[in-house]
Amino acid sequence: MSAPVRLQINGHGVEVPPGTSVAAAIARLGLPFRRSVQGHWRAPLCGIGVCFECRVRIDGLAQQRACMLPVREGMQVWTDA
Amino acid sequence: MKSYDLIVVGAGIVGAACADCASEAGLRVALVEPGPIGGGATAAAMGHLVAMDDDPAELALARYSLGLWQAMADLPQAEYRRCGTLWVAASEEDRARIPAKLARLDAAGVAARAVDARELYRLEPALVAGLAGGLLVPADAVVFPPAVARHLVERALRRGTAFYRSGASHIGAAAGVRLHDHSELSGPVLVATGCALPQLLPGLPLRPRKGHLAITDRYPGTVHHQVLELGYADSAHGEADSSVAFNVQPRPTGQILIGSSREYGATTPEVSLPMVRRMLQRAFRFMPVLRQLDALRLWTGFRPVSADGQPYLGRVAGRRDVWVAAGHEGLGITTSLGSARLVVDLVLGRRPAIDPQPYDPARVAR
Repeated sequence: MSAPVRLQINGHGVEVPPGTSVAAAIARLGLPFRRSVQGHWRAPLCGIGVCFECRVRIDGLAQQRACMLPVREGMQVWTDA
Repeated sequence: MKSYDLIVVGAGIVGAACADCASEAGLRVALVEPGPIGGGATAAAMGHLVAMDDDPAELALARYSLGLWQAMADLPQAEYRRCGTLWVAASEEDRARIPAKLARLDAAGVAARAVDARELYRLEPALVAGLAGGLLVPADAVVFPPAVARHLVERALRRGTAFYRSGASHIGAAAGVRLHDHSELSGPVLVATGCALPQLLPGLPLRPRKGHLAITDRYPGTVHHQVLELGYADSAHGEADSSVAFNVQPRPTGQILIGSSREYGATTPEVSLPMVRRMLQRAFRFMPVLRQLDALRLWTGFRPVSADGQPYLGRVAGRRDVWVAAGHEGLGITTSLGSARLVVDLVLGRRPAIDPQPYDPARVAR
């Protein structure tokens, strides 16, 4: 089995198997993903890049779909928590 | 037959402002619009309230209108935000244009100042390195134009304006209009139909000039001012068949509007991907971070361009009771309120606050 990937989510170190999506890594911590314009909590619905409800900030760039991106070593992820 | 003191045809922002202004003056007004309020160029526009200074008449009308826009600053649905306009110099040649631009704005009473390269990056850190400086017009603002048009119409309706959800097919020999449902209204007519002007007034030359816009997802804090290249006027006032210019705007949501393109001869509304590519490449050159952002929507619209670039505001030559307010090209949001006040003053025989002569439709003899 290959070595786990280490990343940071909202400043917490996380280890997940390679190939895990960022969305799955966030879900594992039980963190909320984003807030709507009206302030309601949102979480992934489709998991295939269509609903845009899983958007988070990754390595400084906002509005990235967590379900479409596999984790990378050293990735810095910020949800709207 | 129903009779009115003024029949305003067209409920884009210009017609809406005319109905508002005329009803405020106590006239019995009819407003004729078959489509949505502010559904044409008004809905497609960026909503940048800008003191354009390339022509004295254009600047006089913009300046007058910007003063009137102050009354909308606290209207929530207008989304009025005084973000200022930052004109960016890409080259020393661009920068050399700044003193003359400052002098023109100063002469019109518009506050502006030159910005050196250091301040430029403090104001807009996302701009590409190596720019020469710029010019800041702090009082320029942005609004959400269709919501303003709706507000103006609602205000006119509260004052008793009659709203006809029909198109006008014909202006009578004396005045008055026939509607598509064959009913007729009598009274002086004010045509404010933008790109559709030739249908009712074929004697006034008008060309549609297509534009594209893109809007991004929400990236708050990326752009702070409406930012344009100083060469924007070359695109806006040039006669090229097509041109693009860097022009971005921060929306209150954190979204970024990205423009702009201008095309003559393109008469259908579909998005042209080659034109979008050209427009975006221009924007990426000035603000590379934009390349990484997601666009949510692309759309097009048509600017109504008169024979000489100035709007037609006033009485139609040879017609006692037919008036026009159309042909504002890309400045129709900015100049809507002043245009309406000016035309309604003329209709009422009052002296307008600014010289109406440069906009007199009679200048176009055909």
